[in-house]
Amino acid sequence: MTRITASLLALAPLILLGGCEIGTKTVEQVGPRGSGTDLVVHKATTPKVAAVPPPPFELTIDPAGQKASQAYQNVQVLGDLSADEFNYTMAALTNWVSPDDGTLKNGGCNYCHNPENMASDELYTKVVARKMLQMTRAINSQWRPHFAASANGGNAGVTCWTCHRGQPVPAYRWSAAPDDAATLKGKKFGQNTPGMTTAAYSSLPYDPFSSYIADKQEIRVQGPKALPRGHVASIADTEKTYGLMMHFSNALNVNCNYCHNSQNFANWSQSRPQRVSAWYGIRMVRDINNNYISALGDVWPANRRGPHGDPYKVNCLSCHQQNNKPLGGYPMLKDYPGLKGPAAQTMVQAVATTQPAAAPTAEPGAAPAAATPPA
Amino acid sequence: MAYQNVFTQVQLRGELEPGVPLDASNEARIGPFGFSWLAGKIGGAQLGPIYLGTLGLASLITGTIAIVIIGMNMLASVDYSPIQFVRQFFWLALEPPPAKYGLKILPPLQEGGWWLIAGFFLTASILLWWARTYRRAIQLGMGTHIAWAFASAIWLYLVLGFIRPIAMGSWSEAVPFGVFPHLDWTAAFSIRYGNLFYNPFHALSIAFLYGSTLLFAMHGATILAVGRYGGEREIEQIYDRGTATERAALFWRWTMGFNATMESIHRWAWWFAVLTTLTGGIGILLTGTVVDNWYLWAVQHHFALAYPATGVVDPATLPGAPQ
Repeated sequence: MTRITASLLALAPLILLGGCEIGTKTVEQVGPRGSGTDLVVHKATTPKVAAVPPPPFELTIDPAGQKASQAYQNVQVLGDLSADEFNYTMAALTNWVSPDDGTLKNGGCNYCHNPENMASDELYTKVVARKMLQMTRAINSQWRPHFAASANGGNAGVTCWTCHRGQPVPAYRWSAAPDDAATLKGKKFGQNTPGMTTAAYSSLPYDPFSSYIADKQEIRVQGPKALPRGHVASIADTEKTYGLMMHFSNALNVNCNYCHNSQNFANWSQSRPQRVSAWYGIRMVRDINNNYISALGDVWPANRRGPHGDPYKVNCLSCHQQNNKPLGGYPMLKDYPGLKGPAAQTMVQAVATTQPAAAPTAEPGAAPAAATPPA
Repeated sequence: MAYQNVFTQVQLRGELEPGVPLDASNEARIGPFGFSWLAGKIGGAQLGPIYLGTLGLASLITGTIAIVIIGMNMLASVDYSPIQFVRQFFWLALEPPPAKYGLKILPPLQEGGWWLIAGFFLTASILLWWARTYRRAIQLGMGTHIAWAFASAIWLYLVLGFIRPIAMGSWSEAVPFGVFPHLDWTAAFSIRYGNLFYNPFHALSIAFLYGSTLLFAMHGATILAVGRYGGEREIEQIYDRGTATERAALFWRWTMGFNATMESIHRWAWWFAVLTTLTGGIGILLTGTVVDNWYLWAVQHHFALAYPATGVVDPATLPGAPQ
């Protein structure tokens, strides 16, 4: 009897381990030793980098050729492209957003165009597509600081494929959570709800997006000085920033240490350069959501809006899809020069000095198992 | 092998013991009710008598009011669905008022008003229960050590939910009622105030907390180990050391050169437990009121290491940075 009890008790710790992720993890030290700044990658749950579709045909740029604006009517964004490159871009765009491969009802050119009059703006999808082309070109020309840490010299850029992946509406999107109930019934204060992936299944606020990547609420909640000097940030706001950070973590499949030295999250001088990319990313996404998506206003039909009536918008996951570099950092833009946008139009001058982090002061031979992070 | 068992091996059976007679200022006790074999496996086999009295009754009533208010708020938040109440229970909360209400005595009920009312009744219940532990100890002719140890825990509770919010000028600084929500509060509190691990009183509290478990394990194991020599009669062995005490003391002198005594070990345990919440409460009270970022404070006082800069600068400070 005693022996049975004892052996059952010996099994109890195994049950407690049931909540752990089983499988190989790689750990890479990225900060001073002893600070715990390690990147932990769980191989089994790391998604594979998605495939990149090939260009529609081989493009030969003929500078003397006819311009798209001369060959076609009502070309407002890509008019400077040669007619050939314009067709090339349109073919690629169709593949990326509304492919004619049977996966989509009404796929192909007619998803946006009236086949009787290709120049007509009568379909709302064409109006949206034009805005999205402007957006893509703006991202590629103005928001380069977000790609500064890219392995491709800051030129990885984005195309429609980065978010759309062959679907008219990107799979990863958000819209504002409905307002909290005014009365006690159903009132959750925008939190305390299970199953919310944006809050990492915790009871943290599940719509940090409206505040931080549509509105311009400040994330800097941590006290900037040792002693109180008038810095005001409530615990509720801190929880909301925590919810946002959980979204970052999930969207990029990284832990806090990818950007922060977690001993003092707010401290820039001990953060990694990736945090600068994220800082520009937040402002880039605000620009996308406010100046391009929400700016389309009534163009959006009801089935492209969330329960609150606002259009579906983007967050980090829309592009990143659990890769710390979307599409593994593949420089897709190089094949689509029409999406690069005007080179001179660099709104953002400020690029932080992102020198590489100080080398970890590990003793020789005691170096941690360095592994290549997922590309 | 009888002493090396998970459960208590000895159970007494006989006449039910009603306890010592008390004077007329006390109310009648309820019970005793009988013997329980299961209770005897982990403690005394006799159940009751219970002394309810005025304080106990008032504490139970106010406590019940508090629990019902908290529960009904949680139930309302899931549209009064009992199934969702059970399913979402660990996520549900009764949240304190938002920051905009400051220290307003009664904000709208659905925006923290109920939190204040529930907090009032819960605090009343806890304080009444404290008075009950004090008065019962006096009536039994005991010392009041239990009441004062309990008071230390109440101190931490009051700092978290009452004293510190008043010092900060806002009820929103207080802890929500709820399982996961109060843990989220803890994490957010540490982030907001620059990492609580660098709060020296937090460090002391953890040292006493872990020390308590260590002392508990050492003492419990020692007494069980000398149980075969009558070691469980610790208190009379304070002045009349038998072989059990001698062996227990010798064991610790052999292994670490020093031993507590049958008296002192209980003082060690009492102080470690009391200091856990006493120092913890001090640490919480200083957070935000006196220190806004514990890590920066710790670096200033050479208590934490300032790691070498990575060369990253805050992009918001650069000219022409986007908003």
